[in-house]
Amino acid sequence: METMRVQDVTPNDLPWKIRYDASRCTLCGSCVAACSFRAIEAKVERRRMVFSEGDFPEPKQRFSAVPVIHQAHSIKNYCRGCGICEKVCPNDAIGPVRNIDTRHPVLTRCLGGDSIKRGGRKNLEAGSRTLDKLRVGRISQMTDPSLDAQRHSFDMLAPFGRIMPPGKLPFAVGDDGKLVTVGQAPPVRWIYPIVIGDMSIGALSWRMWEAVAMAVAYLNEECGLPVRMCSGEGGVPVRLLKSRYLKYMILQIASGHFGWNRIAKTMPHMVEDPAGILIKIGQGAKPGDGGLLMAQKVAEHIQAIRGVPKADLLSPPNHQGLYSIEESVQKMFLSFNAAFKFRVPVAIKVAASATSVSVFNNLVRDPYNIVGGFFLDGIDGGTGAAHEVSLDHTGHPIVSKLRDCYLAATTQGRQGQIPLWAAGGLGKTGDLAADAFKMMCLGANGVFTGKLILQMAGCVGNDNGRCNACNTGLCPVGITTQEPQLVHRLDPEKVAQNIVNYFLAMDTELKKLMAPIGNSSLPIGRADALVSTDRAVADRLQIQYVC
Amino acid sequence: MCRIGAIKSLNYVHPSKALLLMQSQQKGHDNSGFAMVMHDLGGIFEAYKHLPTLSLACTDEGVKIAEDMLHAAGFQRVMQWVPETNPLPGLDINAMPNYVFQTYDYPKHYKREEPKAKEDLLLDMRLKLRRALEQDDQGFVYSFWPDVVTLKEIGDPRDIGTYFKLWEPDDKFTAKVITAQCRQNTNYDIVRYAAHPFFMQGYTVLANGENTFYLKNVEQQRKLHRGYIGFESDSQCFLYSLHYVHHELKWPLSYFKHVITPLPFEQIEKREDKEQLLAIRQSLAHLEINGPNTIIGVLPDNTLFTTCDAKKLRPVVVGRSADTVAIASEVCGINEILPDRDWEADIYPNERETVVIDNNLEVQRWKQ
Repeated sequence: METMRVQDVTPNDLPWKIRYDASRCTLCGSCVAACSFRAIEAKVERRRMVFSEGDFPEPKQRFSAVPVIHQAHSIKNYCRGCGICEKVCPNDAIGPVRNIDTRHPVLTRCLGGDSIKRGGRKNLEAGSRTLDKLRVGRISQMTDPSLDAQRHSFDMLAPFGRIMPPGKLPFAVGDDGKLVTVGQAPPVRWIYPIVIGDMSIGALSWRMWEAVAMAVAYLNEECGLPVRMCSGEGGVPVRLLKSRYLKYMILQIASGHFGWNRIAKTMPHMVEDPAGILIKIGQGAKPGDGGLLMAQKVAEHIQAIRGVPKADLLSPPNHQGLYSIEESVQKMFLSFNAAFKFRVPVAIKVAASATSVSVFNNLVRDPYNIVGGFFLDGIDGGTGAAHEVSLDHTGHPIVSKLRDCYLAATTQGRQGQIPLWAAGGLGKTGDLAADAFKMMCLGANGVFTGKLILQMAGCVGNDNGRCNACNTGLCPVGITTQEPQLVHRLDPEKVAQNIVNYFLAMDTELKKLMAPIGNSSLPIGRADALVSTDRAVADRLQIQYVC
Repeated sequence: MCRIGAIKSLNYVHPSKALLLMQSQQKGHDNSGFAMVMHDLGGIFEAYKHLPTLSLACTDEGVKIAEDMLHAAGFQRVMQWVPETNPLPGLDINAMPNYVFQTYDYPKHYKREEPKAKEDLLLDMRLKLRRALEQDDQGFVYSFWPDVVTLKEIGDPRDIGTYFKLWEPDDKFTAKVITAQCRQNTNYDIVRYAAHPFFMQGYTVLANGENTFYLKNVEQQRKLHRGYIGFESDSQCFLYSLHYVHHELKWPLSYFKHVITPLPFEQIEKREDKEQLLAIRQSLAHLEINGPNTIIGVLPDNTLFTTCDAKKLRPVVVGRSADTVAIASEVCGINEILPDRDWEADIYPNERETVVIDNNLEVQRWKQ
């Protein structure tokens, strides 16, 4: 028996402490009602008050029951620091404060006997980024004039699809001296160089997913930006599958094959081909750890779209039958290529790894030209749910790996044949144009982004442990939840508008980066345009070191 | 900034004309060199049009190395011309000890070979000579090709002209096509090889500009052909792209423009041949050029052409008389050699044009 209950959980053991000022609180209850984690509750405290009523000090005491707001002392309902209480408090009486003395990582494992799960991104080394050590340092000036971002035209599209080497193009010279096509080549789509990354219905609330789809349709139809969105592994609403907007969607299939029953059944009713197919092998945020949709998020509509019961949905970390790159990938590719009669490009998404170049080499040397894109996802990518140990400790940064793949292609004279698409923490600082531009200079044809889209929608999570509760289904801003009362916090029109505006701003910023280096088409592989103030980074990426 | 020029005539023309063409544009260059390639030779070379001529600047030892290698490979020398030099004191020229133009007959076992085999032999021989002479800076092999001679030197073009007595017209050293440029490379080191015009297997290219897709071009071209070497200048990339498109892929010249400055996607979409144009843009994305550039090129059949970057950021003008067409960065050069032409008929090509001059001096303007 202990003499004191030292094992009890108190706010000082938790990652966030609630700052509460009873003197400002009007007891309106907004904060308690808004906290989706039930990390605060109304409570009555017994208070002692000493007072004196006569002419001379004559202390008396009175006990009264006072209603207060109180932080839950629980490793289940603990404060995630989302700050929604602060947002809704009319009097600035409450808010979370980061607790540097937290014992949460130890306590949770000790009390739960299970691994810690959360959403978000890697939370280690949150402050240091390779991309921030690169600058666009090759400025056109006198001999090659800079372009004018406002006045000149820019051609900013990226290929999605297998590109044939020039000598293998099915061309012959016709009688009129023009080239004529005498055979077939794989389909290639030219799209905006920033793809909205794969986030499923299920991981996202229906309103959030719909908002992204709306933004994509608007960007295409009204703004002239051919932005594509990847469905994620979780199916697509049938209404969208049957609509002409399908052409803006890249359909994803992963090891769980969730949603594909419906997609396959809808194929005869499709009026447009999808923009592409993305086969997900791995995910940068949690390589080797498959998809994970906790039962609490498997609402009725999710069960319908995916064709599953209410249960934890796990996509295995590997595809069945994936015992050699060539054979199994070829099987998958051929089936999808054939399903859409070789009209739709099929690409593959893998987690960046020390072995990425070998995988890429296998694909780029494949004589059947089946792989239409290599989507490489780095450790800083986000996820809806993963084991924390995977999130923080497994994975590979994207920058050098992307560069390695590009240089591997270059060494073989095969650059561009399989378009390289990179992701994993791009736009983390809020500036996706700069990150995308630098990745393109290093060899990426384009980039894809997911977490940043959530931030455009109002996600309050960050890489310092704030919120990161996507796995719980209790997203306080209605983005990664299926709870109707939480989902209704999100205004899909407003989210779509934010996404559209961000893309328009980014489009201008991309031009502002292309203009000074004098390029009117995307600077893929123009590593000479980059410099680094960090010798190690410069050496590793084979760019100029400057000081 | 470079100034470039080219003359194509129905008659044989002496290089003094090329010097005049370039001299008046002198403000635009820094007088750091003179380089020219002559196609369709007259004078002493006229009788040897079908045999390869070696253009070489080298040391005494270099001459020996080159001759020994050529003899060992079975080439037999049929003619040699060593230009008489005029080494006046005070001339600004960084001259090599020897300038040698030697015409060779093919090795016996090659005489009945297909043209392709001969072309490959000449290229490989030039590359071999270049590698051998690179050791200890023994010399520079500019071209080894039938009916073509090349001269490149460092110094003031006027003094280089004086040194080689190029200011004095004669009928011994002439050609129907001459391309010239008066400046050494400024982007990279000054090396004789870095001065354009560049030559390979009958193709000559010179350019005024800055190719900001140099790195992309180089990385791709290195793997496309064994002859794509050097890369001492970003303008060399244009030569290799032209050679690749026209000689290797065997596509008509009009597609060179589609490779180096592809149409914007929205324009491609409206074209009847969009399938081909899109495929070209995809597959040859790394041969696209960017930045300000004007290119002048000569094909193996002596067709002369000029084209420029997609934004038309560098000047070029084409002027013609009854028997001569001249291309120059600036019109003052053309005024110098064709003062009596109808200047209203001068062509200032736009960013989507290729201006092509055939052997009858018919000038065609091709819209991309």
